[in-house]
Amino acid sequence: MTDETLRNEPRSLVDRAIMVRALLDSVRKLDPRHQIRNPVMFVVEIGALIVTGGWLIQVFGGPPLGGGDEPAWFAFSIGAWLWLTVIFANFAEAIAEGRGKAQADALRSMRTETVARLRDGGEKPASELHRGDVVVVEAGETIPGDGTVIEGIASVDESAITGESAPVVRESGGDRSAVTGGTRVLSDRIVVEITQEPGQSFLDRMIALVEGAERRKTPNEIALNILLAGLTLVFLAVVVSLRPFAEFSGTDASVVTLIALLVALIPTTIGALLSAIGIAGMDRLVRHNVLALSGRAVEASGDVDVLLLDKTGTITLGNREATQFIPMPGIEEAELAEAAQLSSLADETPEGRSIVVLAKKYGIRERQLEAHARFVPFSAETRMSGVDVNGNQYRKGAGDAIVRYVIEQGGRPPVELQEQLDLIGRDGGTPLAVCRDNHVLGVVYLKDIVKEGMHARFDELRRMGISTVMVTGDNRLTAAKIAEESGVDDFLPEATPEQKLDLIRGHQEEGRMVAMAGDGTNDAPALAQSDVGVAMNTGTQAAREAGNMVDLDSNPTKLIEVVEIGKQLLITRGALTTFSIANDVAKYFAILPAIFAFTYAANPGERGPLDALNIMELGTPTSAILSAIVFNALVIPLLVPLALRGVRYRPIGATALLRRNMLIFGLGGLIVPFIGIKLLDLLIHNLLGA
Amino acid sequence: MAQGWAQIVVFLLVLTALVPLVGTYLARVFRGERVFLSPVIGPVERFAYRVMRVRPEEGQDWKAYARSIVVFSLVSWLALYLLLRTQGIQPLNPEGFGSGPWNLSFNTASSFVTNTNWQYYGGETTLSYFVQMVGLTVQNFVSAAVGIAVLAAVIRGFAARSGAALGNFWSDLIRINLYVLLPIAFVAALVLVSQGVIQTLDGSTTFNTLAGGTQTLALGPVASQEAIKELGTNGGGFFNVNSAYPFENANSFTNMVELLLILIVPASLTYTFGRMVGNRRQGWALYAAMMAMFLVAVGVVYAAEQHGSPAQHHAGVLTHAFDGSTGGNMEGKEQRFGIAESSLWTAVTTVTSCGAVNAALDSLTGIGGLVPLANMGTGEVVFGGVGSGLYYMLLFVLLTVFIAGLMVGRTPEFLGKKIESREVKLVLVGVLVTPLLALFATALAVASPDGTQSIYNHGPQGFSESLYAYMSQANNNGSAFAGYTGFVQPNAPGNAGAEAFSFANLLGGLVMILARFLPMIAALAVAGSLAGKRIAPAGAGTFRADSPTFVVLLIGVVAIVAALTFFPAFLLGPVVQGLTDQLF
Repeated sequence: MTDETLRNEPRSLVDRAIMVRALLDSVRKLDPRHQIRNPVMFVVEIGALIVTGGWLIQVFGGPPLGGGDEPAWFAFSIGAWLWLTVIFANFAEAIAEGRGKAQADALRSMRTETVARLRDGGEKPASELHRGDVVVVEAGETIPGDGTVIEGIASVDESAITGESAPVVRESGGDRSAVTGGTRVLSDRIVVEITQEPGQSFLDRMIALVEGAERRKTPNEIALNILLAGLTLVFLAVVVSLRPFAEFSGTDASVVTLIALLVALIPTTIGALLSAIGIAGMDRLVRHNVLALSGRAVEASGDVDVLLLDKTGTITLGNREATQFIPMPGIEEAELAEAAQLSSLADETPEGRSIVVLAKKYGIRERQLEAHARFVPFSAETRMSGVDVNGNQYRKGAGDAIVRYVIEQGGRPPVELQEQLDLIGRDGGTPLAVCRDNHVLGVVYLKDIVKEGMHARFDELRRMGISTVMVTGDNRLTAAKIAEESGVDDFLPEATPEQKLDLIRGHQEEGRMVAMAGDGTNDAPALAQSDVGVAMNTGTQAAREAGNMVDLDSNPTKLIEVVEIGKQLLITRGALTTFSIANDVAKYFAILPAIFAFTYAANPGERGPLDALNIMELGTPTSAILSAIVFNALVIPLLVPLALRGVRYRPIGATALLRRNMLIFGLGGLIVPFIGIKLLDLLIHNLLGA
Repeated sequence: MAQGWAQIVVFLLVLTALVPLVGTYLARVFRGERVFLSPVIGPVERFAYRVMRVRPEEGQDWKAYARSIVVFSLVSWLALYLLLRTQGIQPLNPEGFGSGPWNLSFNTASSFVTNTNWQYYGGETTLSYFVQMVGLTVQNFVSAAVGIAVLAAVIRGFAARSGAALGNFWSDLIRINLYVLLPIAFVAALVLVSQGVIQTLDGSTTFNTLAGGTQTLALGPVASQEAIKELGTNGGGFFNVNSAYPFENANSFTNMVELLLILIVPASLTYTFGRMVGNRRQGWALYAAMMAMFLVAVGVVYAAEQHGSPAQHHAGVLTHAFDGSTGGNMEGKEQRFGIAESSLWTAVTTVTSCGAVNAALDSLTGIGGLVPLANMGTGEVVFGGVGSGLYYMLLFVLLTVFIAGLMVGRTPEFLGKKIESREVKLVLVGVLVTPLLALFATALAVASPDGTQSIYNHGPQGFSESLYAYMSQANNNGSAFAGYTGFVQPNAPGNAGAEAFSFANLLGGLVMILARFLPMIAALAVAGSLAGKRIAPAGAGTFRADSPTFVVLLIGVVAIVAALTFFPAFLLGPVVQGLTDQLF
């Protein structure tokens, strides 16, 4: 298992191994039991069978099937191209499945049999572990199954699942307690309570998912399939009734020709590519390191109206940063900066480090502290931290804590202190006061830093028709400030899990679709309630089970990409359906004048009035029909890359997007086959002499 | 042609001006609100409820609503069939007509109960006044009301925010008859009488002609049937030649009045829809799509008839306008109406499922004849039959939304309601029944000996006649390319010795029944399914179905579905004739 297998760095669509496997699969999928699941292609296969039968009869001296005077090579060529049409369709599906299968193989290879050590002594093969078993895992061992750490802390190598090589910390309690079977403990010892039943581990599900074994048709795909079956039925009626119509008009329409017409008319293009589009959509998610636990969720993500985003880590950088030193009257800014730096030297929190970084800008460099410096760590009780050095006591902490400290030391905090604290609070920031002994030196302004580019992304989402809601534990004032700064549409301050759930339900009541990302156990109900719930892989087992997608990178902003992938999937389906139907016009103009070229001719042997409809001026009737069928077949492999890549989504508003896609795929679908069939006819008629 | 176009434009302006007025009135009737006629009709309405034991506030879900329709139509059919079979012993039969063949009665009963008014018989030579009035005219009212009632129910489903009830069929039926059809038909009949359309219970009159011979003129209670025949898009003429006959359609003015009667309800219902779903733009969008397709139909048939056929050109028959003549193809047209009014009528009667005619459609040029066929090929959604046109069009709207809606990157929705596999399935049933029936019935008709005995002409003309017959019956239209025969009447007037072809009458009757009720039930089921769905608010990412883009798409889908289904058949009939100067 290498990084590459899952991370899927841009790789060409045609990997040699995948190609070979896909080619083999496309022949294997000719099995009618497989084809019947796709009514459109099933009709093509039946047609191919009949035409091939007709050809064999002709080879052995029989007449053309159902009349007409076409030569045997015509039946052979049509039959061959019909088989190719089915094979191309199978190939499209196989190649889409191919990438998943390669990944599944790699994953399967790590499902090696491990022996689990139970806490109460005894051993058990990993495959026989049940929910509730408690196992012990030590450094160097593989975790035998999915579970929750109930004791201890350890660094774990999860690269097998996530492709991320840096180890992560897993510890009991809190939101970092979930471990995945198949990952390896690098240090320390943990006790894990198993949360899965045999064969249903995360790894098993992942294999099934990427392989497509569990692939069920999604609701919209089912609906589209019904539409395609309906269209097929109409065209079947058209072709079946055409034979008596032609007979009444004194024209023989042979069975081969009619089958060719039928196949040309039924929506083979979309029929062939529909399942490939769906598989490729899931695959695109996997390439973004998101595992969709149901195809339904992928589709639903295209419909999302409201996005719930956590403030911390999603909209803002995970931590606040010091941005400004504000000295009290009579204090130099540099003096404050130095004190703040000293008090933070031992502070390993991100806030502390940011103070040191900011202090550097005042020319105060980091110093080695004398050996007799005494560090005072942060405690929940004092809500301060600091250092005692050179007989001075430096402290920094929450405003009221420092005020109390200074008063205890016999000092008197200046009135300006409270003013500054209030000012920063109102501004949406967090103030930290700094003192030396009993003198308040000033205030450090800690600020939530909105991630770069968030404003643009929210604007983009708004253009997509999606409103964003920031969820935060901050008070209303702070939340409002950050909401304004980041450009988010709405915010939920001082959020509790219940409030989150109510918010989601409220939107859903009004008919909106809600997506959210979450990792904590208290996110689980909201994740389960939302239409698209993306659980972070670093999150708890409960969260991972509640969501319908898992983000292996644990990056909440990825929701935006997930939405785009969902939309892309739906657009691609619609575009190729439109293209497929629009194609029929040109095929009619190729095949019908060919069938009725001599109908109602004024004199025998002359061309009749309907020959005027041969606007493409195709060579002969046989060449015209063959060209249409070859075009119909070739368009499938030519569109495979588009089906796999997906039609690009552009946030330009629904009507503009529709107009654009209609122009490309509707109008394009009308025009392209006229050109394609004409070119093929030039080749088939003029070069091959048909 | 300028004068002809001016007539057409004025007509359409009058129609468009009336649409919001009538549309609003219809919406109020559907909602059971008070209208200006309530003081007069209210007591009658409440009396009808008491007699029929109808509780209008009692809503029905789609299944109950559909069941009521089936029961009502079945009873109607049996009653009409019985009337037709016992004609000989009924009163008001001055000519003493006996009952015709049973299979003709089957076809006629099916025809009038399904609002088709396909007629294998000639009214004045076959039916008594009693049957025309009590049988056919009553069905003209109630079958039209059924169509409108279904639409009312369907609109309620589209607009519903919760629940499954689509309204009460019986109260819809009563209200639509009492508040809409009866008053308008009453006034219209008086207007027609004032212009010379006849209304009498006297028997036929015989007089001496100027040339010295004698001629018998059939009379009857015509105006009363004429008004509802147009208003309810029924189309079944009192006389065999329908509205080409002066006693049905006296002059240019009555011609325009009758055209307006045909279009007013189907056109206004678009506005009613917009009003009831709370989006008037949506109503106008549907109106615009229909009007655009209608204009193309009028333009093509008018241009084709003015130009004349290749055969006429080849034969040197003058088709240019010259002093005192409009030129063009005047075969089968009334001098009183000329090409413009005949073309307008031909388009109006076939975009709607009316089927009344004021010219012989069989005598249209190839391309001119393609227009009525193509109009029916759309499934009669361009205005269409009263009620049925719009509920059918709404199925096409859902189809359009489903195909095109995907391209905006959301699962398809209309008016905020998701279109899922159940709706797609029902929409397909609704949309496909008509073309499948038309194709298969025509195939049987041209391929079997039983079928071909009905065909008068040979070659493409004969094919067009057959295709037209079954497309007309499958669309509940009722107009015909003459020449397709189902009834032979050797001793007309009167049914003595008359014979009807079982194949044509039975197949046609069956086609009309299936084509009327299957899409109707499918539309009700779609409405029932949508009624319970939540309405998602529209956002920037939502595909708006009230935009010009959507209008273009809807036209595209309707046109392409029709074209793909009927293109091969059209080639072998009207298109051949439009391309050749041979005569068939």
